[in-house]
Amino acid sequence: MSAVTQNPALMEVNPPLVQSDTYHDLTEQVSAITEAGVLETPMKYWITLSITAGITLLLGAMLTYLVSRGIGVWGNNRPIGWAWDITNFVFWIGIGHAGTLISAILFLFRQKWRTSINRSAEAMTLFAVMCAGIFPLFHTGRPWRAYWLMPIPNLDLNLYQNFRSPLIWDVFAVSTYLTVSALFWFTGLVPDLATLRDRATGRIKQVVFGILSLGWRGSARHWSNYEKAYLILAAISTPLVLSVHSIVSFDFATSVIPGWHTTIFPPYFVAGAVFSGFAMVMTLLIIARWLLNLENLITMKHLENMNKIILVTGSIVGYAYATEFFIAWYSGNPYERYAFINRAFGPYAWAYWTMITCNVISPQFFWFKSLRRSIPVMFILSITTNIGMWFERFVIIVTSLHRDFLPGSWGYYKPTWVDICTFIGTFGLFLTLFLLFARFLPMIALSEVKGVRAQEKQMFKGQELVAK
Amino acid sequence: MTPEHFSEQLPEQLREQLGLGPDKVYAVIGEFSEPEDLVAAGRRIRQMGYTKLDAMSPFPVHGIDDAIGVPSSRLGWIVIFFSVLGALTALGLIYWVGVVSYPLVIGGKPLFDFSYSIPVTFELTILFTAFATFLGMWGINGLPRLYHPSFNYSQFHRASDDRFLLVIEAADPKFDPKASAEHLRGVGASSVEVVEG
Repeated sequence: MSAVTQNPALMEVNPPLVQSDTYHDLTEQVSAITEAGVLETPMKYWITLSITAGITLLLGAMLTYLVSRGIGVWGNNRPIGWAWDITNFVFWIGIGHAGTLISAILFLFRQKWRTSINRSAEAMTLFAVMCAGIFPLFHTGRPWRAYWLMPIPNLDLNLYQNFRSPLIWDVFAVSTYLTVSALFWFTGLVPDLATLRDRATGRIKQVVFGILSLGWRGSARHWSNYEKAYLILAAISTPLVLSVHSIVSFDFATSVIPGWHTTIFPPYFVAGAVFSGFAMVMTLLIIARWLLNLENLITMKHLENMNKIILVTGSIVGYAYATEFFIAWYSGNPYERYAFINRAFGPYAWAYWTMITCNVISPQFFWFKSLRRSIPVMFILSITTNIGMWFERFVIIVTSLHRDFLPGSWGYYKPTWVDICTFIGTFGLFLTLFLLFARFLPMIALSEVKGVRAQEKQMFKGQELVAK
Repeated sequence: MTPEHFSEQLPEQLREQLGLGPDKVYAVIGEFSEPEDLVAAGRRIRQMGYTKLDAMSPFPVHGIDDAIGVPSSRLGWIVIFFSVLGALTALGLIYWVGVVSYPLVIGGKPLFDFSYSIPVTFELTILFTAFATFLGMWGINGLPRLYHPSFNYSQFHRASDDRFLLVIEAADPKFDPKASAEHLRGVGASSVEVVEG
């Protein structure tokens, strides 16, 4: 079996996405991570994992405290009834969007570079949506009554949901999103789990991977149905991901609060979600690439392409901020105008200008190719983007609420230590789940990467023939 | 690293129950190291008059369906049925809750209207479609299953790694263990084996 080779002149212009010699090398490289013994995995991995697991315990402690004392331990109170809980919910849901975008939308657009990163991005989606779900669940105060959100007859109160409320739409959107993302992710995993099954040496591994891989044997008949199923799942995930953040934005847009009641919210939220999600994928991949030596699979081309998407979505977000401001002035509505001037120059101006700096100014550095291809620069910008996008949600939610129509109902929101520790705790949960995934499941979509390698090989053969 | 020959590890009684044994043949299988070779060989084998062919590969091989005669997937028809069912379920639910079971006028809004039913209808359509796709695909493929005769092929574990297997099933009317094995060797397959099961 020969390596992927091509004319050196073409190599410069269009380097192969998969820089690996044989299919077997790819299998070895990806499987080695999951097959390594406890001591073979770098110590830095276990140290990182124990830190994030400790932070997850903090989350458990905070939620226990919240349930035992009531939601008064959070800082939200009149007039700011929604604060960090919903900010964090929208933040985490938004993070998830990049995973679906990479796995579904880029699949439909035949963007082959997605194959090295889609598995980890999908996993990230699942974990982010789990973190998101914690906040509304515990904001109910009685999470054991959460089944009241579902349209099942409940004998306690004999109540039913109000389907005219966007809050119930949100329940349907988020739970559908989590379920469909999980199905999509697992479907993609099965052929790779079969690879691990066929390589497994220990009895436990053979049984576990044997069951998880569902008896997959790579039959051509199976691949035919599998590819159809993958296409359908990608095709339905695409409108789904656009709907989820649109529906999240309806929670605000259908209310009559100045600063929330705007029709720009759905597209503006979706662009922001993709923006923040790509930034989070970038943060995680730079770490994973360095930690697990995946430079030949997650190449500079992948990172540069993601930076281009960050630049585009960041610019859309910046444009949306400008439009929002313009419309607030153009509407002639004094309350609307006040809400926006108060955002930029009121007591929360520090949050507003943090948002503008991180979201509008910092992604503009990616216009320069050298910066787009610099790992330290993209790492820092991915962090500032996430800070900026968290502040965007905070600004939208808190500044619109903190000055009600009557000056008697004005307030200034400050988070309590429980708010802060709960939010930090969700990062612990998110990173712990991601680290466990990266170590114990194939982090690279092996069968897809092999497919791309086969196609590239054919393509380069063709190019060489043309060159001759 | 290489797993043992799967069927040889099984106790005699289990082999009997599974219908395994040297006299029971599942197929003749041969391997190729490049996907293009598999497609070319598959096409030639099919031209020899074989009809019950299969291939096993670590990733979907372009052109193999056409070469060995894999029928196109029926999954789409199952899925579209459940998509419509999902939409009707959602509309039925919203109507039943709003008009029949728990009618309550809120903000002067109608008890049922299509406009505010759109988000939930959309989400349930997607949810039903996803489950129909997921379960339907495994159902059509006859998975999950814990055992399949092809596991007895000594190079089976490489079908999920870097080899491309061509299968002539014993159910084929033209099948003959010796002749079919020769045919596979003739189109360039290596490690050709008669697989029991």
